[in-house]
Amino acid sequence: MSQSVIPTGSPTGSLRARAFDPLILLWVFLALILIFLVVNPLFRLVQSSLEEVDTGLFTLMNYVNAFSRPRYLTAMWNSIRLGAMVTVLCLIFAVPMAWAISRTDMPGKGLIRLLVLGAFITPPYLGAIGWILLAGPNSGWINRVWMSLTGLPEGLFDIYTFNGLAFVIAIYSFPFIFIFTAAALDVVSSEMEDAANVLGAGTLRTTWLITLPMVLPAIMAGAIVTFLEAIALFGTPALIAIPARFNVVTTQLLQFFSTPIRAEVAAAYAVPLLLITVVLFGLQRWMVRRRGFVALTGKGGERRITELGPWRWVMFGYSLFVMSLAVLLPYIVLAQAALSKAWGRGFTWDNITLKNFDYILFQHETAAQSVVNSFTYAAAAACIAIVLGLAIAYIVSRKLLPYAGFLSFLAMAPFVIPGIVLAIAFYSAYAPPPFALYGTATILILAFATRFLPIGFANADAAIRSINPEMEEAVRILGGGRLLAIRKVMAPLMKRSLIGAWLLVFIPATRELSSAMFLYGPNTRTMSVMLMDMSEEGNFEHLAALGFLLLIATLVIVGLATALLGRDFMLRRERQ
Amino acid sequence: MSKLSLIGLGKSFGNTPAVVDVDLTLQEGEFVSLLGPSGCGKTTTLRMIAGFIKPTTGTIEMSGQVMSSPSLVVAPEKRGMSMIFQSYAIWPNMTVGQNVAFGLKLRKLPTTEINQRVDKILDTVQMLHLKERYPAELSGGQQQRVALARAIVIEPAVLLLDEPLSNLDANLREEMRTEIRRLHDAFKITTVYVTHDQAEAMVTSDRIVVMNHGRIEQVDDPVTLYTVPKTRFVAGFIGRTNFLDGRLEGNQIVFPGFTVAAEMAPDAKTLPRDASFSVRPQTIAIQRAAPTETDRIWWVQGQVTERAYLGEYWEYGVRPAGSDIRMRVSTAPNDVYQVDDAVWLGIDPARSARIPAPGKTV
Repeated sequence: MSQSVIPTGSPTGSLRARAFDPLILLWVFLALILIFLVVNPLFRLVQSSLEEVDTGLFTLMNYVNAFSRPRYLTAMWNSIRLGAMVTVLCLIFAVPMAWAISRTDMPGKGLIRLLVLGAFITPPYLGAIGWILLAGPNSGWINRVWMSLTGLPEGLFDIYTFNGLAFVIAIYSFPFIFIFTAAALDVVSSEMEDAANVLGAGTLRTTWLITLPMVLPAIMAGAIVTFLEAIALFGTPALIAIPARFNVVTTQLLQFFSTPIRAEVAAAYAVPLLLITVVLFGLQRWMVRRRGFVALTGKGGERRITELGPWRWVMFGYSLFVMSLAVLLPYIVLAQAALSKAWGRGFTWDNITLKNFDYILFQHETAAQSVVNSFTYAAAAACIAIVLGLAIAYIVSRKLLPYAGFLSFLAMAPFVIPGIVLAIAFYSAYAPPPFALYGTATILILAFATRFLPIGFANADAAIRSINPEMEEAVRILGGGRLLAIRKVMAPLMKRSLIGAWLLVFIPATRELSSAMFLYGPNTRTMSVMLMDMSEEGNFEHLAALGFLLLIATLVIVGLATALLGRDFMLRRERQ
Repeated sequence: MSKLSLIGLGKSFGNTPAVVDVDLTLQEGEFVSLLGPSGCGKTTTLRMIAGFIKPTTGTIEMSGQVMSSPSLVVAPEKRGMSMIFQSYAIWPNMTVGQNVAFGLKLRKLPTTEINQRVDKILDTVQMLHLKERYPAELSGGQQQRVALARAIVIEPAVLLLDEPLSNLDANLREEMRTEIRRLHDAFKITTVYVTHDQAEAMVTSDRIVVMNHGRIEQVDDPVTLYTVPKTRFVAGFIGRTNFLDGRLEGNQIVFPGFTVAAEMAPDAKTLPRDASFSVRPQTIAIQRAAPTETDRIWWVQGQVTERAYLGEYWEYGVRPAGSDIRMRVSTAPNDVYQVDDAVWLGIDPARSARIPAPGKTV
């Protein structure tokens, strides 16, 4: 090697050291963005709840107004009852299925998993529309079949009831508990169960006394997420509770926003929802940390599946039954309505038409625009959330600067803000001048990006942590700068996981409703908002056609992502 | 190839000192190991040399130029060094050839020269036939060779190695430590090698720096380090040993259970009141018969309390009569004693090292 001229010293020449680190500027820049997206809206939310509208003077009247009327309090009580009932239903749906899939020889596991994924990616409000077609009083399919079979004048179910609402929310919320429980069961060692077996306990007793208690913290954590999801949900209550003439917190908030808009009362009314969420998430974190997975970590030894004998078919039947409630039946009736001249005329050839799609895409003034809006806003929001999440995660994981933990705290904070509260906070902060962003695409994109920033951050963080920092240091010691290391090594290695993270933001952002509902303008309707508008017209064929487009698009994207990232990419527990 | 100096180097993480007051100078082309248990500060020291960590005290100079000080740090990419990482850090998105060529490309060498040098170094580490492979297709030892080639091909001013063999199995480790020394002899690059394995350090190094609790305990060539350890820690960390702690009384040293003549001790004139020695197990003679030669050996009567056969040698535990200490003695495989046998142990003071008494520093 000695024959060539060796450039000793640095490849880039100068040896001058720098005392000032330009990364500090990046830190400041990121902090400012996070203050704009997270801190300021929440601050304005609380501030406007404590101000007189015209004078800006301090007042508690907004809180008095928000909590003095009995029906406002009833709405709040309804939400809590609803959350509790949904959680119980979800436990009944999810825990047996999670156990059967994780620990038994139940047949058709792949199919059931696929259907759970289907329930997970179905926008809840679409499921609700499906169930209106299935169990609307008198006209719903189930009721018509029931009446024709029995000759009774009354249907079996009425979806426009409190119980109906809880049921429809539950069949799209149970995947949360399913994911938590299955993930925990997946790492319980069979040796734990063997220890009980050796001491004389049978399979069922072991499951009941050993296995389930061990995953109880995980189940509880999933239950809390479900409860919070249920009380923060907007679309399903709007479709079912409003016609049924009762309110929950979220529908009540919408009414504060109908003319005359009383945003300050809405702000006061939203603050308790925010507090409940923060406290319960704190509780959830505490539970997971305290007992959580200490007993479950480690190699876990060998895992064997429990043989159920003939009962495996019972479990399969139960799982299939739940999944047909969540996915199969609603999808069938939605498809039928979307392709019908009149959905009530049933499944006949002469009833089939494509004119509903034609109407949505080409005749309707704004429906086609709303499709475009949904996907462009979601794509923009996903890009923002990933770039921001990546920059923060990089600084945090490389410990490049002090107080980086502050950035990661802010990036994760939107996780505990219900979408509807975030929307009202954005409204308080950026609807008035000087920003005057109300109704613009900008405010929708920023709100979506903020709402899903925790997903972007958590996944970007995982992607960075999965790569040994030495990969990057090897570039630097050989003479490459930090940017070159990121470009040549980090970026290529993280490509796949970043595409996955992008999709995990993009998919929920395409169907986001609760924050859009409070921020859209005449030209910035999203598909989700459009669906709500059309549901008021009561034309279910058009509604179903639009919903069907959303569903197909989602399925295609998820299908692509699955091919790219593996089957379970959305059902993994790290997301929480 | 450069001279590297660490002057009063220190690093604290918060209030926890990781490296304290390290002074060390490497001559051009010298191979020096930093040896110590985990958490002794050796990796922190190496990463300060590389420029990944800024020192809290002291400086690092290379050929007279300041590279690191508490106020400024020359970035790693501007030091002209190279490093081999514990994980190898072979980039999985590049082939073996691309990995090795990376540093040369950054130096903007002509393509023909890059190819020539890459081929030559890959040939040297016997990896030329795998040039087009991706790292995922390589075994651990092969990845190690790629890491070596990638680090050496740029002919760095200083080569740094951070526990490079700790992920390999035992046989491969022995092969690679010889390989590393061979490459050093071929290229004469100033090298700092971090390890917790004394055998690795002894095979590869010109000098070994033993570190403990962030401080340097001793810097010496392998032979001196083993035969004349200066501290209890060094004596115990490098190889197996017996500590004998005695008290000087007149012209005798009183050990637990036996007394010996002080005049035979190394540097007998300067013996402190509390006299401690490190005695290697294989330097102790063991026999059944009463000793004859008594003028330069300390003889101790004792009883075999335990024994173990390790193939290459026997190891016996012997309790000197009237004491509760136990001495480790190793003998040739054909030198067999039973448990409870009464024996004589012969300690050669000339082959023992004086060390500070317990709780005292040098």
